[in-house]
Amino acid sequence: MTLRRARKLALALPIAATVAVAACSSSSSSSSAAAPASSAPSAASSAGSSGGASTAGLKTGLKVFVIPKNLGNSYFTTADSADSGGAISALQALGETGTETSGTAATPASQIPAIQAAISKGANALIVSATDPTALCPTLKSAMSRGITVITYDSDAPTCRSMFINQASTAQIGTSEVDVLAKQIGSSGQIAIVSAAASATNQNAWIGFMKQELKKYPKMTLVSTVYGNDDPTTATQVTQGLLQQFPNLKGIISPTTVGIAAAAGVLDTAKYRGKVALTGLGTPDEMKKYVSDGTVKQFELWNPADLGYLAAYAAVELASGKITGSQGQSFSAGKLGNYTVGADNTVLLGPPFVFDSSNIAKFNF
Amino acid sequence: MRNLSERPLTERLRPAHFQSVLRWETGLAVVVAGILIIGSAASPQFLTGNNLFNLGLSNGEIAIMTLPMALIIISGEIDLSVASILGMSSALLGYLWNRGWPMPAIFAFVAVVGLAAGAVNGLLVTRLRLPSLAVTIGTLALYRGIATIILGPNTVSTFPAGYTDLGINAVPFTGNDMTWSTLIFIVLAIIFGVVLHATPLGRSVYAMGASQEAAQFAGIRVKRIKTGLFMLSGFICALAGVLWTFRLDTAVQNNGLGLELSVVAIVLLAGVSIFGGKGSIIGVVLAVLAFAGIQNALLLTNFNQEATGIVTGALLLASVFLPTAGRLFRRLSHS
Repeated sequence: MTLRRARKLALALPIAATVAVAACSSSSSSSSAAAPASSAPSAASSAGSSGGASTAGLKTGLKVFVIPKNLGNSYFTTADSADSGGAISALQALGETGTETSGTAATPASQIPAIQAAISKGANALIVSATDPTALCPTLKSAMSRGITVITYDSDAPTCRSMFINQASTAQIGTSEVDVLAKQIGSSGQIAIVSAAASATNQNAWIGFMKQELKKYPKMTLVSTVYGNDDPTTATQVTQGLLQQFPNLKGIISPTTVGIAAAAGVLDTAKYRGKVALTGLGTPDEMKKYVSDGTVKQFELWNPADLGYLAAYAAVELASGKITGSQGQSFSAGKLGNYTVGADNTVLLGPPFVFDSSNIAKFNF
Repeated sequence: MRNLSERPLTERLRPAHFQSVLRWETGLAVVVAGILIIGSAASPQFLTGNNLFNLGLSNGEIAIMTLPMALIIISGEIDLSVASILGMSSALLGYLWNRGWPMPAIFAFVAVVGLAAGAVNGLLVTRLRLPSLAVTIGTLALYRGIATIILGPNTVSTFPAGYTDLGINAVPFTGNDMTWSTLIFIVLAIIFGVVLHATPLGRSVYAMGASQEAAQFAGIRVKRIKTGLFMLSGFICALAGVLWTFRLDTAVQNNGLGLELSVVAIVLLAGVSIFGGKGSIIGVVLAVLAFAGIQNALLLTNFNQEATGIVTGALLLASVFLPTAGRLFRRLSHS
């Protein structure tokens, strides 16, 4: 076994080196975010040092295009860029040429030309956040028919990709938010939910799991669920209504970024700060000031940079032929550890990421 | 004014507009040639058949919609509801397909709805004498609203492969290089060009754009022709909606949202005067090539795409500014 691996490595090293050199020489003629010269030694050293089943056997010099819903979107900039430790940084570490491209509007009509251009430029793999679950399919299927690896991240196109990198499971978001709140209010007291629209599928699914999780905390009672319709004004009004109706309210969960920001604005007074706890799904940029003044202690979301990083590893594994994306296969995703492909060729990033005063300053989205 | 009685209006108009159009087209042709040269130098993929195919695919619907828009703007009006008619016909196509209508019946119905949407625009503009800018801003919202009511938040993507393949497959015998939407654009451009430049009807369109009153005095049926142009636009936009739906295999209420600005922008880049009376189909074809070519070249060359808007915007501003600058220069050098 060890002998076989050693021979594989001996074979892989020169190939990695030459391909990386080729990638460098071609990158000098274009301005793409190609793997810098330093990637050649780093690819070689990681292949050499890891020893295990990890990066050995992965092809290098692959042209991988990261195609978010749109450009100029700070969430995707965090997910994709090399500076934030997102997809491109993983690709560079693996010795691939990673390029972020997309349209400027988050619509299929704007995203499709970028996908086509990536195909024309000889892409080996595409990592796509789908602006529409079906409209990209003719384009993505034509890419797959040319042997290009296609995976989705953040937002799925279920019928035209080999794998989907999912940021968080419905069950985990629902249960973990109750757990976070329970810790803050000592597992007892009245709580309420500020949701988005009453008809929102994902919201209702999360709330369903919250109710299940609440059975573990017999002293916590859910007194009301109100709907802010993802409109800041409405969300503010329903939160104010809650506080008047339930003067003994101890905590609020708002599993929507608009709702949690509005609720935080209402609670950001001496009257409520520290007396009514608030958690839910929020973006760091919107929540920074509430975390710094103590209105909000913890809230959740996934870490987009980790999502991009994982997607990059999955794409390279697939494009190298090490996995096919079918259920039960596992692969190593660098610093994030090992992952196993689940049902519907989906890989789950993990439990939601908890933002608090210790880490929030690092995120800009 | 003293010339009015001596020669028919249509003849009087011809030489002057033809000269300025030729100048404009020459400039555009140079721009297109420049894009071709720079694009192919910067990216080996630019002039490949495969890329031209993609370019046609991504811009086919917009290109088709510029033709009736050019006629409407030359006639002195504007139609801002084009993208909403596209969206409405796409939504209708999806809705009726879901209800089990046969495809030919859906096509006929969508075509009739497109004509009707154009007729509403045309009648409001000509019979009630309302400004077309205001009318079509209103129907822009109205038709999009109808699309939203028809489909709600639903997406229809269960169209038969025979039809969706039309959206992504090449026309036979073109070496996989030409999309159906490109072929339709070429055929329509020839028809529109002949009608606009070589028939009395086309000359009346110029005449009413130059001066509606004078055209009326000359016996041109301005209201009827303008209503007809709006109906033609409605019909072509419905066709674009069908092509769009099949290309993306998706009917959804926001299909084509915001496209009207690209369509108007291309027509102005083509040298069509926003005040009416000036412009040519050759110019429109060249402007389509310039618009599509520059965006495609920027995508292929790893240009910072967030700045694509700056390049296209600058191109458009130049297209508005240069003719004015030319006039200004001539006036200054004469004095």
